[in-house]
Amino acid sequence: MSLQAVRDRVAGSGSPTPGKPISPRSFNTKDIVVLVCAIGSSLGLTWLLFTQILPLQGSQGFLIIWFAAFLVIYYAAVREMDGKMMARDRLMGSIVSVVAVAVTVPLILLLIYVTAKGLQFLRLAFFTTTMANVGPLSPVEQTGGLQAIVGTLEQVGIAMLIAVPLGVMTAIYLNEVRGRLQRPLRIFVDAMSGTPSIVAGLFIFAFWVQNHSFSGFAASLALAILMLPTVTRATEVVIRLVPDGLREASLALGSPEWRTTMKVVLPTARSGVITAILLGVARVIGETAPLIMTAFGSATMNLNPFSGPQSAMPLAAFQLFRSSQTADVERAWVYAFVLILMVLVLFVLARWSAGRQFARR
Amino acid sequence: MPTLGVNAVAVNRSTFPCTALARSCSVHFRSPDFLREVATRVTTVGIFQEGTSAVATVLDGGGPSGAPPKPRQIVQIRTRADRVFRGLATGASSSTLILLFLIGLFLLIKALPALKCAGLNFLTTSEWNPPDRGTCETFGVAALMYWTVVIAVIAMVIAVPVSIAAALFITEYAPRWIRRPLTSLIDLLAAVPSLLYGMWGAGFLAARTVGITEWLANHLGFIPFFKPTNAYPIYGPSAFVAGLVVSLMVVPIVTSVIREVFSQVPPGEKEGALALGGTRWGMIRAVVLPFGRGGIIGGSMLGLGRALGETIAILLIISQIYYIRANFIEAGANSIAAHIANAFGEANGVALSALLAAGLVLFGVTLLVNVGAAAIINRSRSGAGVEI
Repeated sequence: MSLQAVRDRVAGSGSPTPGKPISPRSFNTKDIVVLVCAIGSSLGLTWLLFTQILPLQGSQGFLIIWFAAFLVIYYAAVREMDGKMMARDRLMGSIVSVVAVAVTVPLILLLIYVTAKGLQFLRLAFFTTTMANVGPLSPVEQTGGLQAIVGTLEQVGIAMLIAVPLGVMTAIYLNEVRGRLQRPLRIFVDAMSGTPSIVAGLFIFAFWVQNHSFSGFAASLALAILMLPTVTRATEVVIRLVPDGLREASLALGSPEWRTTMKVVLPTARSGVITAILLGVARVIGETAPLIMTAFGSATMNLNPFSGPQSAMPLAAFQLFRSSQTADVERAWVYAFVLILMVLVLFVLARWSAGRQFARR
Repeated sequence: MPTLGVNAVAVNRSTFPCTALARSCSVHFRSPDFLREVATRVTTVGIFQEGTSAVATVLDGGGPSGAPPKPRQIVQIRTRADRVFRGLATGASSSTLILLFLIGLFLLIKALPALKCAGLNFLTTSEWNPPDRGTCETFGVAALMYWTVVIAVIAMVIAVPVSIAAALFITEYAPRWIRRPLTSLIDLLAAVPSLLYGMWGAGFLAARTVGITEWLANHLGFIPFFKPTNAYPIYGPSAFVAGLVVSLMVVPIVTSVIREVFSQVPPGEKEGALALGGTRWGMIRAVVLPFGRGGIIGGSMLGLGRALGETIAILLIISQIYYIRANFIEAGANSIAAHIANAFGEANGVALSALLAAGLVLFGVTLLVNVGAAAIINRSRSGAGVEI
């Protein structure tokens, strides 16, 4: 019998009669009735305030006052019935639950808003044409994104080629090799994951673009800097989950360290490493700030990432959104919608791959 | 298996690097006498270099050595491939440190012309009119830094309590089936690009906060932060809205750090608090929050680092101003990163160098905050910073 079951059995109902223990965590019919009544009466009170007594308006104000009134009424009711301690517990429980669930509301609002704004002008031609022949006065339906999609794919692809081997090797160093740098390195990897993206862009501008030219490759370098700590951290976490028994078995059979790492540790953590890579890509695919000073942006197709300005999804959306033409701003939403679709696909893939790792263990 | 290793180490430790595990090893002896002594104790000794060097294949141990047995010294001998592998991993991992160093170095070199020109005034001047349209005394990061900090502080004031609540809900309150979807949704908040937050903030949120900010100005106008600066104040593209949006971007990072620490609270102590008759909130206050203090502080600092460096979202939401004022709910704000992104296109010469100098300041500040945060988080992760 679980501890919870024992406690519930001992506790019975939640009334504080002397000598009869109450269960602090039980939530029985009476508690539900009190909760529903508190919600109802606070709603009624707020409605009364808003429509009959005070000249207030606005949905945000209504929600805020409703929540505040609910907290006061609920606290008073529970305090009257079960005492101060229980009342405080219920109060904090309500605040924590409501706030935690409320965090997701802006996300949902954002997704709905971007979809509503972007979907209406998204045509299939977006994926097959470029912006070369589209001017600010062309109709919004005429929006081409091919040059940006190609640019993003090339830039993120090259960034992956640079950052993934470095990141995975760093994770191996942190968890398998365990050299002297281990402790400071872990701190600096964490710190680097917070490096502002604009600083990475400025660095590549000073380091590369000033000596060469704006190019997709320069953007890849900046994105790789941002991707490296994400890949490292995520890979390290999954490598740490590989059971030590597997490593020891491999070493005991006489295989050297590098074979143990490459043939036992990494394959065991395979789906976790894939998750790490996907998380890294999702981290940089929407980065705009470093692209301003590296890829620069272009309305025409540039297939060569090593020379000349190149477009990218977030960069094009940013530049269009800052335009003074209404049609261009509407175009920016089309770009934004396609961009968030890409991010969502990556995110779902990463979750799915992480879920496979957990399922197997 | 009594071996050459054990005995010989007892006789002459310093000249005998082989371990007992090695079935064959090369030994460099100090004197022919010592070699002879060893040779009497092992079955097979192949001598390759006369007098001073030998390869001994150990099949059986010799007689008693006389000396008391000492703990065997384990020396790990790696193959060449392993040494190369370790070297590669070390090299790859030091790339992180080298990169951080290079970023600072390059920004400093490129920022020198502007810093030489402005001197210490760079940190105290508010306006931004570098030499292409001003003089050496007319540009600095004071106002930029002020607004960067204001936006970050607004974001943290909102994000930290919300993150603690979200982490508590996920670890303590939520039924099991709701935990994973909720965690996914909060992580998805982190995956949404900064650009989209900016576009949403400018297109949707800014207009919908006008009511609240107007109410604050009308009813709490005696507080300097809310006091209207002119007769017809404009609300919307303000530091308040920017802070609100940045708080959304910071919440998932802070939440994930706090959640990780909360989930490591010893279950025995939680059960103990509940068994003593504590309510759930009593248990959280007595056990979970004190245990998670390091994680809360570290996570908040990590979030602060992110908030300070946020660029595009802020740039799209605010209308830029280059002076310091207490009111943060009216239109007008700024940030170092947003300013760099905005002014970059037209800048060259000393003006460009000035932007790199601003970037250097931003890099320095965020690096300090982030290293502090990472150090605190690592300590609370390993449990060293927590008294149990």
